[in-house]
Amino acid sequence: MSAHIDTHGAHDEESHGSRKGYLIGFGLAVVLTVIPFWLVMTLPLSTQATALLIMAFAAVQMVVHMIYFLHMNRRAEGGWSIMALLFTLVIVGIALSGSLWVMYHMNSNMMPTQQVQDQG
Amino acid sequence: MSAATVTDTTGSPAGEDRDIFLLIDEHDHPEGASTMLGFWIYLMSDCLIFAMLFATYGVLGTSYAGGPGPKQLFELPLVALNTSMLLLSSITYGFAMLAMTDGKQRATQAWLAVTGLFGLAFLCIEMYEFTGLIREGHGPWSSAFLSSFFTLVGTHGLHVTFGLVWLVTLMVQVQWKGLIPANRRRLMCLSLFWHFLDVIWIGVFTFVYLMGMLR
Repeated sequence: MSAHIDTHGAHDEESHGSRKGYLIGFGLAVVLTVIPFWLVMTLPLSTQATALLIMAFAAVQMVVHMIYFLHMNRRAEGGWSIMALLFTLVIVGIALSGSLWVMYHMNSNMMPTQQVQDQG
Repeated sequence: MSAATVTDTTGSPAGEDRDIFLLIDEHDHPEGASTMLGFWIYLMSDCLIFAMLFATYGVLGTSYAGGPGPKQLFELPLVALNTSMLLLSSITYGFAMLAMTDGKQRATQAWLAVTGLFGLAFLCIEMYEFTGLIREGHGPWSSAFLSSFFTLVGTHGLHVTFGLVWLVTLMVQVQWKGLIPANRRRLMCLSLFWHFLDVIWIGVFTFVYLMGMLR
């Protein structure tokens, strides 16, 4: 650690992370990337199980990246970073699930030919 | 209620104390103290853009217009290679940040250059994929699925492109001025941006490519 010139460096030190932190994050990210690709390329499980598993792996990998690469924690910027993140996640959740839900029902209710095929 | 407070402040001598208190409370904010939070909020708004594009792809992703679907068009080995390029660029940017913390300018520049090369490799592979699709007649105009695919993946690619421009700009800045506080702050912003793009790519390779192969 060299002498710092900046006046407000107190929180900077911590937010850079450490070599160990980056390597742990990278190791986890590689494992969490390789397994879904392997699952889809070789298909050892049913399609449904594979889909659920790779979504779970993606969610976990996003959290790993947030913690080890983006250095997200409850204390960063006095807690405002995590508040902004949580707010965004709520909006993203509403927008994504709402769009998919509404459009799925629109599709299934407004395409009579497909509906007849589905029922028959 | 407001009337009551008005008579309170004007009626009591405490009103003068309040004025002085407000003056003392005005304190100085050091330059750039709020930059990181502001940039984080920008990233969150960027996150919303990608959420909308993901939602669009989720809605239109099965409308092939009689054309080929993901299974016929996507090549997983190529996507795996692309993913590894972006992941490697993320860790090398991390090393650049560590070198910056230690005040090692040459090491910082070297790691930034490596990061830039990985980012460039990612873009080249993506352009190779896109031009291949378009040359075979599967451009964004051929179906709603391909329109939403090109928009989502293209927007991510555009972000990486601008990240690269920013990276080169910062390398020049660091070369000229050294690791001054302003440059450290800029490098930290780009760090957030770069790692954020990697998080978005997790969503892309999972929901677009891997889930596409399962359909």
